[in-house]
Amino acid sequence: MLKINDLHANVDDKEILKGINLEVKAGEVHAIMGPNGSGKSTLASVIAGNENFEVTQGSIELSGEDLEDVSPEERAHKGVFLSFQYPVEIPGVSVTNFMKTAINESRKAKGLEDMPAKDMLKLIREKSELLEIDRKFLSRSLNEGFSGGEKKRNEIFQMAMLEPKVAILDETDSGLDIDALRIVASGVNKLKSKDNAVILITHYQRLLEYIVPDYVHVLHNGKIVKSGGKELALELEEKGYDWLKQETAV
Amino acid sequence: MAYTEEELKKELETKEYEYGFYTDIESETFPNGLNEEIVIAISKKKGEPEWMTLWRLEAFKYWKEMEEPEWANVHYEKPDFQAISYYSAPKKADPNKTLDDVDPELLEMYKKLGISVDEQKKLQNVAVDIVMDSVSVATTFKKTLAEKGIIFCSISEAIKDHPELVKKYIGSVVPQRDNFYAALNSAVFSDGSFCYIPKGVRCPMELSTYFRINQAGTGQFERTLVIADEDSYVSYLEGCTAPSRDENQLHAAVVELVALDGAEIKYSTVQNWFPGNKDGKGGVFNFVTKRAICEKNAKVSWTQVETGSAVTWKYPSCILKGDNSIGEFYSIAVTNNYQQADTGTKMVHIGKNTKSTIISKGISAGKSQNSYRGLVQVNSRADGARNFSQCDSLLMGNECGAHTFPYIEAKNKSAMIEHEATTSKIGEDQIFYCNQRGIDTEKAIALIVNGFSKEVLNKLPMEFAVEAQKLLEISLEGSVG
Repeated sequence: MLKINDLHANVDDKEILKGINLEVKAGEVHAIMGPNGSGKSTLASVIAGNENFEVTQGSIELSGEDLEDVSPEERAHKGVFLSFQYPVEIPGVSVTNFMKTAINESRKAKGLEDMPAKDMLKLIREKSELLEIDRKFLSRSLNEGFSGGEKKRNEIFQMAMLEPKVAILDETDSGLDIDALRIVASGVNKLKSKDNAVILITHYQRLLEYIVPDYVHVLHNGKIVKSGGKELALELEEKGYDWLKQETAV
Repeated sequence: MAYTEEELKKELETKEYEYGFYTDIESETFPNGLNEEIVIAISKKKGEPEWMTLWRLEAFKYWKEMEEPEWANVHYEKPDFQAISYYSAPKKADPNKTLDDVDPELLEMYKKLGISVDEQKKLQNVAVDIVMDSVSVATTFKKTLAEKGIIFCSISEAIKDHPELVKKYIGSVVPQRDNFYAALNSAVFSDGSFCYIPKGVRCPMELSTYFRINQAGTGQFERTLVIADEDSYVSYLEGCTAPSRDENQLHAAVVELVALDGAEIKYSTVQNWFPGNKDGKGGVFNFVTKRAICEKNAKVSWTQVETGSAVTWKYPSCILKGDNSIGEFYSIAVTNNYQQADTGTKMVHIGKNTKSTIISKGISAGKSQNSYRGLVQVNSRADGARNFSQCDSLLMGNECGAHTFPYIEAKNKSAMIEHEATTSKIGEDQIFYCNQRGIDTEKAIALIVNGFSKEVLNKLPMEFAVEAQKLLEISLEGSVG
């Protein structure tokens, strides 16, 4: 579904990603772990098409299509979703209005009519229940005055609404208390299917107790230095990242 | 592709004025220049009674002594008042004709603007009094209104048919010598709308007027007078667009609102005159005096969406004369390219327990300058006066400016005055967030701007709000940095 080949990317002429290779198939959950500054969030931004990052080498393919000249919004239409580490505020634009716009823009790109209000309401009701979101929350301005946990839950609500093929969750667990983490994780688990894929970017093993990955990759200094099954996360939790740094330095 | 600053700039520059077309209608135009003869000729042309001619001449006398104000935060080449023609009327105008008789070319033009009279009539229950280069060419719904005793006509007709009302109220809110442009307007006003709502009557429909400037080099000087008698209610809409013209066009309107005891007037404006091209060439000079007087328990709300004109100088104000009267001002002012706007309001608290609210949203893009200028004045006997002001500015790019000039004069110790101000910038991160959700940059800007302007847009009547939202989108296409 998502295939990344020898991906190199710069920000302000500084190379951050130095040759990433990753293949994510439909139905899989991949976890990407690694110390601060290893390039995890950069990888997420580059997949989503953020042009603050310059791809200097390599490619990203979605269902066989090269994404090189595909704009961020077109990537979204094709099913790429990024749950932001720091979701931005948009004052005066309600969560509902924002989602309505996003869904209808995607439909427009596919040559479909706007979603009828009745269907939209049904969808909103269904997905907000899934994430135990109070309906009042949906009329508030997007992320304005939201707590850290509310912001993250709102990201996953949007994911539920947009039903992406590939969802990248960039540190969705940070800032969540244990109850919120459980709700968010159970939401993600319910949204998971054999037709979509999830990439979890996280520092901690904690999230992976709730959303169990098929593969764990360790990113260090812009490269994937180790891949393995879910047990790799436990090993990292126990030993930290230093042993890997030493191992790769050799 | 996400937008780089360069690409955005490029796109912004290529955005041309949407309504930049010119309809060729025969008109009768006076020679350029202004003197007593021209003032008399205008009055004569319109078949006005002598008292009106004298009133105009008095205004002209004041105007000659006055100087163009320079205190506003705008810079422009002063118009040559002797190079302007002060009267122009579509030749075929006839006050007795029905819509079917209206020049098809004219109707076509309104269609282009999306303000088809037929549609307005049928769908929106709006009576439209169209002012086209100074003379009313079509008036609708007059009958329905007449049944309630409501008078809605051109000011020229009102001068002839309702002289007692006009005589009593014209200049009562904005005197002839109020300011340079008001004096000019008083001397040469061509036409405009007149509205009277009798005691206790609630006007059953939104009253609407569309102004346009059509003839090259013709200034337009509308005069609007709205009188809401005791305990009456009226909502009045005014919307404008103008064809693209190379030379500057002067526009100096005067609007007077009279809200008698217990009356309520809502006055909404959408202004989209030609703002000049991307190099700052051309565009309308919009120097407007709008003021309301509120008697006991009366309420006046001004709502404006200003997206057009090269230079705007406009301060819709409320004189809160009566006890418990209320004044409100809700404004969205958008400037792009080289546009300059100096706009705001004056709330003068004279009566006891008077209240005023000011919500101003300024949006600047390109190389434009956007200023809010407001005065809250509480007089010594205005016990219990209250004001709340909020001025928010949104910036796009690094070359525009937002300025706030709030003046507060409180002479009564019981006054409560609050002022809040914010400045923010549309961020690349906000745009990328929207992009990631499948919303392209144009749409993202529209969404963010509409969100920013929401408190004001919500104050507009429904059918106007949709038009206003569209206008915001058109005015700001591609403008983010």
